[in-house]
Amino acid sequence: MSHHLVLRVVANLLLPFILVFALYVQWHGDYGPGGGFQAGVVFAAGLILYALVYGVDALKKIVPPRAAIILMSAGVLIYAGTGLLSLLLGHDFLDYTGLAADPAHGQERGILIVELGVGITVAGAMIAIFTAFAGRTPDIEDKDW
Amino acid sequence: MIGSLVIDLFLFTLLALTALAIARLRNLFAVTILASIFSLLAAGLFVTLDAVDVAFTEAAVGGGISTVLMLGALALTTREEKRARQTPWLALLLCAITGAGLIYGTLDMPAFGSPDAPIHGHVAPDYIARALPETGVPNIVTAVLASYRGYDTLGETTVIFSAAVAVLLLLGFKRRNGGEE
Repeated sequence: MSHHLVLRVVANLLLPFILVFALYVQWHGDYGPGGGFQAGVVFAAGLILYALVYGVDALKKIVPPRAAIILMSAGVLIYAGTGLLSLLLGHDFLDYTGLAADPAHGQERGILIVELGVGITVAGAMIAIFTAFAGRTPDIEDKDW
Repeated sequence: MIGSLVIDLFLFTLLALTALAIARLRNLFAVTILASIFSLLAAGLFVTLDAVDVAFTEAAVGGGISTVLMLGALALTTREEKRARQTPWLALLLCAITGAGLIYGTLDMPAFGSPDAPIHGHVAPDYIARALPETGVPNIVTAVLASYRGYDTLGETTVIFSAAVAVLLLLGFKRRNGGEE
């Protein structure tokens, strides 16, 4: 849909804000509303908007399908890995107390890491699903809708 | 108080109208866009309930991503809904009975926002008292999700991961010209 001038200009204006907002929701989840899941979907929605305007192939240049698969697996591994790490440090699975000298600080660090894992998995999964769908859909002329 | 009542009534009226339009329309393209509007209205309602995190999840997933996926599915299939052979009276009756039962069930519920509601007397005060000193995270929702109930969230993340794997196994990353990527 890149020939729609208004759409393209509006998307260009919105995109940086959507992506920065997603990062804000990710890293500010300890204080404000939101967290990994919300950040992941907002980030993916931003990239999907980019793909809608510039085409799926443009999105594939930024996030190749293989990278999306790696991302969505990496997120789960980060989450479960944090659990295993806390096991190795002598605490229960997913008890982040041992991740820092101060127990509360360890919890805070653990929460930040697992939220990052959630965000990466969600964003990767959404992008992978969208790419798989869009790759099957033939390009449609505006008048055909 | 009156202001929020007006906003609630406005959003609920639009929500009901959108739902009726979705049920009546046969053009699936219009239905998909209306479903997206429905999600956006629901997101507005979540904001009035002070659940902003739920609101922007609903707006991003319901209003954005799932709409795009539905449009993609429409492009692969057909854009007109088939006309039903007969009017499904039995289904309507069943829906009406279930709906009436659900509304009857709400009569016994505590008033909206009531501090005496059972949910506020169980573990919630414990979380509120312990979350900040134990985790150092001021957002109690985040502390509960990622730390106290970390197992649940790990399970949810795995569900999302497996859902994506299932979709990819079914659809694959096929190119338009048939070549595999």
